Amino acid sequence: MIWGVLQFPGSCDERDALNACEVVGDEARLIWHEERDLSGVDGVVVPGGFSYGDYLRAGAIARFSPAMEAVAELAAAGGPVLGICNGFQVLCEAGLLPGALLRNQELRFICRQADLLDDEGNVLSIPLKHGEGRFYAPEEMLDRLEAGGQVAYRYADGHNVNGSSRNIAGVRNEAGNVVGLMPHPEHAVDPLTGSIDGRKVFEALEKYA
Amino acid sequence: MKARVLIRPKEGILDPQGKAVERALPALGFEGIGNVHVGRMVELEAEDPERLDELCEKLLANPLIEDYEIQHL
Repeated sequence: MIWGVLQFPGSCDERDALNACEVVGDEARLIWHEERDLSGVDGVVVPGGFSYGDYLRAGAIARFSPAMEAVAELAAAGGPVLGICNGFQVLCEAGLLPGALLRNQELRFICRQADLLDDEGNVLSIPLKHGEGRFYAPEEMLDRLEAGGQVAYRYADGHNVNGSSRNIAGVRNEAGNVVGLMPHPEHAVDPLTGSIDGRKVFEALEKYA
Repeated sequence: MKARVLIRPKEGILDPQGKAVERALPALGFEGIGNVHVGRMVELEAEDPERLDELCEKLLANPLIEDYEIQHL
C-alpha cells in the first residue's frame, strides 16, 4: 500500500513516519498541508509535532487545512488513517476520533519509553514525548468506547504518565479504520533504537487499505 | 463590534494549571485563595456578531472540554 504522510508547518516527525511506512514494506510520500488531492494514496499518517505552533489548542488550526478535508473523505470511505501525538490531537479536534487531549496531569513535558497494551494482548515498548497527552472523555463516552472496542491502546500499569482516563493511550473510530495514539510508533521501528514494536501499529492498519 | 471571549476548562475536569497556581499562592503570602482556574481570553472585532457562537463552537473552544462566554464590548 501507499501511505501519504501529512506535513504541516510545525510538523517534526514526518520523516520518521515516512521511514516507518517503508520499514514495514509499504510505500510512502509526503503530503503538504495545502494539497487537497490524495489520489494515489491508500492511507494517511498525521504525524507528530507542533502543527501551526499549537496555537489556541493543539491540533485546533490544523484541522481546517485542505489536506485534512481530504483526510476526512478518505476516513469516511474506510481508508486507514493513523494519527500520532499531535496527529492524534488533530484527529480529535477534527471530530474523526472521540475525546480530547489535555495538559499532562503534572504539567511537565514527558519524554520516555512506555509499555502499551494492544487489544491482542501484546505489550509494545514505544517512546512518548508530549506535554498535552492526557486523554479525556466524559464518563459515558468512555463506557461507550470500551463497550464498542474503540480503545486501541492502553498504558500498562505504572506507565500512564500523563493521567489519561482509564489508561487510554490510543483510540479508534467505530469502523476501526481511524486510529490515534499519543506514543510514537514511528520512533520504534529499528533495532538500533531499542524496540521495533512500533511496526505493529502501522501493520495493524494495512488491512483497511 | 468588539467582543471578548472567555474560555475556561469545564467544571469537573482536572485543571492542573489552576491547581499549580493555587499551590504557589501560600508561599507568596496569599492565604485563603481557592478554586483557581486558568483559561484563555480572545479579543476580536466581528462584522456579524450573530455568528460568534458558531465561531466559538467550531474553533475558539472545544465544547467537549471547555466552556465559553461571549462579552460584547
